[in-house]
Amino acid sequence: MPAVSTHGLTKDFGKVRAVDGIDLTVQPGEIVAFLGPNGAGKTTTIDMLLGLSKPDSGSVSIYGQSPRSAISRGLVSAVMQTGGLLQDITVRETVQLTATLFSDSRPVDEVLKRAGILDIGDRRVNKCSGGQQQRLRFAMALLSDPGLLILDEPTTGMDVEGRRDFWSAIREDAASGRTVIFATHYLEEADAYADRIVLVRRGQIVADGSAAEIKNLAAGRMVRASVTGLDQAALAAIDGVDSVELHSDSVLVRTKDSDAVARYLLNQTDARNLEITSHNLEDAFIALTSDDTNTSGKDN
Amino acid sequence: MSSVSPPTSTSPTSTSSSRLERKVPPLGGFNLTFLLIEFKRRLRNRRTLVFTVVMPIALFLIVGLPLKDTALTAVPISNGGLSVAAYILISMAVYGAMVASTAGGGAVAVERASGWSRQLRLTPITPAAYIAIKVISALALGLLAVVATFVAGWICGVEMPLQVWILSGLAAWLGSLVFTALGLFIGYMVPSENVMQFLGPILAILALFGGLFTPLSSFPVAVQNIAKWTPAYGLGEIARAPLPGGSFDWAAVANIIAWLAIFSIGAALMMRRDTKRV
Repeated sequence: MPAVSTHGLTKDFGKVRAVDGIDLTVQPGEIVAFLGPNGAGKTTTIDMLLGLSKPDSGSVSIYGQSPRSAISRGLVSAVMQTGGLLQDITVRETVQLTATLFSDSRPVDEVLKRAGILDIGDRRVNKCSGGQQQRLRFAMALLSDPGLLILDEPTTGMDVEGRRDFWSAIREDAASGRTVIFATHYLEEADAYADRIVLVRRGQIVADGSAAEIKNLAAGRMVRASVTGLDQAALAAIDGVDSVELHSDSVLVRTKDSDAVARYLLNQTDARNLEITSHNLEDAFIALTSDDTNTSGKDN
Repeated sequence: MSSVSPPTSTSPTSTSSSRLERKVPPLGGFNLTFLLIEFKRRLRNRRTLVFTVVMPIALFLIVGLPLKDTALTAVPISNGGLSVAAYILISMAVYGAMVASTAGGGAVAVERASGWSRQLRLTPITPAAYIAIKVISALALGLLAVVATFVAGWICGVEMPLQVWILSGLAAWLGSLVFTALGLFIGYMVPSENVMQFLGPILAILALFGGLFTPLSSFPVAVQNIAKWTPAYGLGEIARAPLPGGSFDWAAVANIIAWLAIFSIGAALMMRRDTKRV
């Protein structure tokens, strides 16, 4: 049974369609990054996965149940971007309090230790740094030993070191087989910590694959040349070519192997003014998720 | 420290299956630890303590105590009659209980503003259990206010028959549920961290109309007629009914029941609106 299964999920806010038909299936044990720019619909989707908000259409199931049912059984927990904490109690009290709400829960000290905040258990929450508060939310999320952990932009506002520590705690935890879905707009985070990246843009999934696949999809090069009498089919048949765009007297080729394309163009055709440009990953991300994406290279 | 609980199996299948066999907690997540921490939080709030315990006692000492030897009725105090101080003591207990109850209910506003109620929606606790915890901790704080005020009066030598202490105390305490409902109503309506700063003056006006600070008979008749429809009036009347010469007034009971219904329905409607909007 999949950990998460959504079908045709949509959500409007007024006239804006925040989520526009998300179909997502996550198998147990996967670590999935939900990657996209701000406003892509990541948080709205996560809210619906957790039953915090109701889809306008479509369905969500978490381990085959409704989100609320999964939450009340401790099957899924979350570290939210905006999840509030009580300021007037201590770190340990917060975890104790939350632990009482589950029918089964891990020992308080164990989750504090896993989240790396055992040493600040007696500190009042309002005296904790942003990173420490985020670890507290992580500790609370570990209490029910959930099969699925959902994190919404968990490292926003953390410094580099805090971010690294936080992710190493998550990674260590995920090694036990927990399914993890995290939303992020940091490419490096998705690349470093996920097995699978789901790229969202304007409420839709625009790419879905391993980090390597997404990189390939995006990290190819473009070869441009002035050329006449081109055999388009022969060019498209070259290994690594993703797309060929033919204009009146020039051609634009997206490819993973620019050398092969250049060799063919220079040797077999009358190509002149040959030009090779490369994207870095950042450009690729922007190309795939920005509003005026050139869709020709997307279908791989 | 975690040696007693070895990490779960590394095989993903066995781990996920053990993670799937789960129960829903009984009573919607309601439990005593949660209640205890909730009550501790109320006690840690100095402002709440000042208004629910310190102020009623101080008002009693300033206004009530000097009238300890003034007879409330025709029966002289030397013959076992009651003093005006006893009347004021009960009024102050009612005032403390109503502020405590309102603060207990109004706490939902703070928790909504801070996002804690959203955090709780990621746990098994049900709205009914959450409200029950709020109501019971408000009742506990109300009891503290009534007992503290009565103890202060008793130490200062206020004399009342035992059944008056008990009946008036119970009436002031349980009747203040009306104000817990008011606190919940406003707490779900107003998205504010400082809901009590807004409710404090309202409570003071209600207390004044309820004749808790000065007897209602000192106001113009027109004001008295309006005041009789306000919630603190009903509560004060019932709490003072056990005093000799006081009479049990069904109109006051109707007053309390009506306000309890109005505030509870309002709170329920506001809560529904709150959980819908995300």
